[in-house]
Amino acid sequence: MRLKFNASSLALVAIAMLSTSAFAADDAVKIGLVTRTDSNPFFVKLREDAQAYAKTAGAEIVAITGKTHDDAAGQVAAIEDLTALGVKGILVTPSDAEALNDAIAKARAAGILVIALDGRVSPDSAVDATFATDNLQAGVLQGQWVRAALGDTAPRVALVDGTRGTVSTRERHDGFLKGFGLQEGAPEIIAQQNISNQAEAQTALENFFQKDPTINAVYTVYEPAAVSAHAVTSALGLAGKVAIGSIDGSCDGIKAVADGQVGATVVQFPGKMAELGVQAIVDYAKTGTKPSGFIDSGAVLVTDKPFEGIASQNSAWGLKNCW
Amino acid sequence: MLVVPARPDVAAKADESRLAAWGKSLRGHPLVGPALALLLLIIVFSFASDRFLTATNVSLVLQQTLVLGMLALGQTLIILTAGVDLALGAITVLATILAAKLAVGGVPEELALLLAVTLAITASTLNGWLVAKVRLPPFIVTLGAFTVLTAVSYLLSGSRSQTIPKGFLTLLGQGVSIGGVFVSWGIPTLLAAYALFAHILGNTAWGKHIYAVGDNPDAARVAGVRVERTLIGVYAVAGLLYGVGAWLSLGRIPSADPNAMANIALQSITAVVLGGTSFFGGRGKVLGTLIGALIVGVLRNGLTLAGIDSLFQDIITGILIVATVSLDQYSRRRST
Amino acid sequence: MSREIDMTSSPAIPAGTILAARALTKTYGAVEAMRGADFDLRQGEILAVVGDNGAGKSTLIKSLTGATVPDSGQIYIDGIPVRLTDPTQILGAGIGVVHQDLALSGELDLVSNLFLGREIRKPSFSGRVLRTLDRAAMANVAGEQLARLGLGNVSLTTPVRKLSGGQRQAVAIARGMAFGARVLVLDEPTAALGVRETAVVIDLIRRIRDNGVSVALISHNLPQVLEIADRIHIHRHGRRAAVVAPAETTLREVVGVMTGIDEIAA
Ligand SMILES: Nc1ncnc2c1ncn2[C@@H]1O[C@H](COP(=O)(O)OP(=O)(O)O)[C@@H](O)[C@H]1O
Ligand SMILES: [Mg+2]
Repeated sequence: MRLKFNASSLALVAIAMLSTSAFAADDAVKIGLVTRTDSNPFFVKLREDAQAYAKTAGAEIVAITGKTHDDAAGQVAAIEDLTALGVKGILVTPSDAEALNDAIAKARAAGILVIALDGRVSPDSAVDATFATDNLQAGVLQGQWVRAALGDTAPRVALVDGTRGTVSTRERHDGFLKGFGLQEGAPEIIAQQNISNQAEAQTALENFFQKDPTINAVYTVYEPAAVSAHAVTSALGLAGKVAIGSIDGSCDGIKAVADGQVGATVVQFPGKMAELGVQAIVDYAKTGTKPSGFIDSGAVLVTDKPFEGIASQNSAWGLKNCW
Repeated sequence: MLVVPARPDVAAKADESRLAAWGKSLRGHPLVGPALALLLLIIVFSFASDRFLTATNVSLVLQQTLVLGMLALGQTLIILTAGVDLALGAITVLATILAAKLAVGGVPEELALLLAVTLAITASTLNGWLVAKVRLPPFIVTLGAFTVLTAVSYLLSGSRSQTIPKGFLTLLGQGVSIGGVFVSWGIPTLLAAYALFAHILGNTAWGKHIYAVGDNPDAARVAGVRVERTLIGVYAVAGLLYGVGAWLSLGRIPSADPNAMANIALQSITAVVLGGTSFFGGRGKVLGTLIGALIVGVLRNGLTLAGIDSLFQDIITGILIVATVSLDQYSRRRST
Repeated sequence: MSREIDMTSSPAIPAGTILAARALTKTYGAVEAMRGADFDLRQGEILAVVGDNGAGKSTLIKSLTGATVPDSGQIYIDGIPVRLTDPTQILGAGIGVVHQDLALSGELDLVSNLFLGREIRKPSFSGRVLRTLDRAAMANVAGEQLARLGLGNVSLTTPVRKLSGGQRQAVAIARGMAFGARVLVLDEPTAALGVRETAVVIDLIRRIRDNGVSVALISHNLPQVLEIADRIHIHRHGRRAAVVAPAETTLREVVGVMTGIDEIAA
């Protein structure tokens, strides 16, 4: 998932991991992988899948992760190190849209293919290509489903947003409003808050429903917040009366959909991003062809309450494709 | 008020100006400032939202303040010794993860909790040992512990939240409905902990020693206080409180989340300082910390109910910190 | 109390000497705070210890009371060699001390300060199980103690940091005297006080001596010392330079020894 976890203003969370497969054959294609942090299963899954896929494709992954979710300086250093190491290509999940550009430019000047995974850099042309979830589209899918779930009832919406100021927080939020058919600041929006972990989400939701128990639709930026939305509404005897949507595709999140706690979630595919990225670099090593532009790694709505006109998969499918 | 028996004239004098003395001691009393701040917030918010001053909402704010309140109690003890604990959130999170992992792995929940609390006590005692015996600054020791334990939490949890079923581990989140208002067992737990430590700090030798060690460790040592033992004991007891905090946390959200409590160290310091405890040690009351924690909780809840952006919580909290401390400094300068 | 006693009596210590030291040394890094310091406090006297700043007076007093362990040398209580490693050891020997900078815990009240490290618990269930202190009993003892010292008007319940400097010093002295002390060691008790408060404290010290307590008084105030002391120990460069009787000396002479301009035989 892409929620930015501000580990703490004191944060020096030191779990930088350097995993090199020292025994890989010398002629294997060397691929650098720079993730944001291991404090998020999304990136752990992305790395594991990249390593698994690299093995089958005859490539070798040199993985480096930032110390925190926002460790742009650590990522710059990682890209510089990988450039010096002479990898064929670098896959990076950028923690900042612009801070990495200089280091990326130097890597590309050295003939290295650089692909952004999971998030964009600005401008898009700073990297060779971007493979990521279209967060706006993911938000749209959630918005469409929640709107449909309300049927004819007048919407009273609460929004649980991710960490303030990040691109994915904004894109998911905007997408939801677009899919739902609401303007920013519309009177149907009863409450909104930015959160950075589940405890904060739960507190925010309790206060929302204390403020106004007639809320009937809840947008959540990630699944633990949706699980809390279920806990809060069922404590108030509102279980089943509030449409709860989410985004991410973690296996716990899909389970919550299967259990009926969460109405729908939108799955994103870190494994797919990893696979596309590794394949592109292997191709580049063999044929010299470079990918370009933005390549959507896909977003799929998962719900057991499908609606006409909104493409979706059921939770059984979700459980097979979660991370 | 205690009176010197050998000097009845003193008693008479005290009697005659009892009222004035009462007023004066109230003005100088360390809890007056924090209590007034809390009262003011409550008044303002009850005008801003008619749903604020309801029994349900009072219960809600209390639930939301339980974990912070318990951790801030441990933080108070440590700050009273002129220390500070940046690791308390990391210790608590690790305890929740250990308890959840063990329970899900089939260990009886009571045993899982016991082991988690033991872990919290051990980790905090180690901090205390490094502070007392190796004489490292508490800021450095607990910063290091925070860093290490956070990483251990991520490793142990595989960066994933672990959901647990309802049971003994979530007991403190269960409770009774009194006249339609939910009261979780966590509330009496927290209040009992504060009552106990108000007694310990106010009425026992150990409490006096904590103040003395925080005020001037060399003076305490020369007076015969076993400074190192007192210090290590404080960290150990704080660890116990963090263990209970972990239990409260699992009661509130039945899930052990490695990303939880990232900011709770600063929040707990905020609660302690808002409660009138000196950041430099030796002076303060646990009841003040309870008020401080409630101020943090009331602000969050009240501003949401009033429909005000959550960023203002931080702005107002920051202003309150500086204001209470200046008020305290001002009254201190006047009273000495 | 755990003092290691070497039962061979020392001929070096004259009879009637209640607290003594021979050849104490102590270095802090490059600083030699004591360089073979001797000390003798006789029964029932006020012994003033004077010396320049940094002469090593406080280090000597800390060594004599177990707050610091000297590198070498020997301390004697009642002529018996002792090894002091812990500040609580001297309590059992009836030695009270008021350290220059380590006197009181400001946030605690008078009673708590007086009883710090030796509190009295309630005899009841509440004391045994809840460890509740017996405030009333402690306040009683404190009140009697203060009354005996003529300090009945100091509040027992305000944090001592709120007391005046003179009152604080009186409280510190009361603590030094609290548990039946027969020796009281005072390190610069009047240094931070005004004229009037100094007079009160000096008066208090005299009364304590008149009750049969031996007093070692470290002071900077030479005129005051000449007036109150029975003997004057002059400290210079980490050792005792001379001992003089006030009646047989002058201010000039004392200053001369202190600063090393004159030398007098001890
Ligand atoms: N704990 C200490 N650490 C380092 N140096 C010290 C310490 N205590 C005293 N000294 C040094 O020892 C010397 C004697 O100090 P002190 O005994 O306090 O002298 P006095 O009391 O006569 O002024 C001074 O130079 C002082 O700086
Ligand atoms: Mg001195």
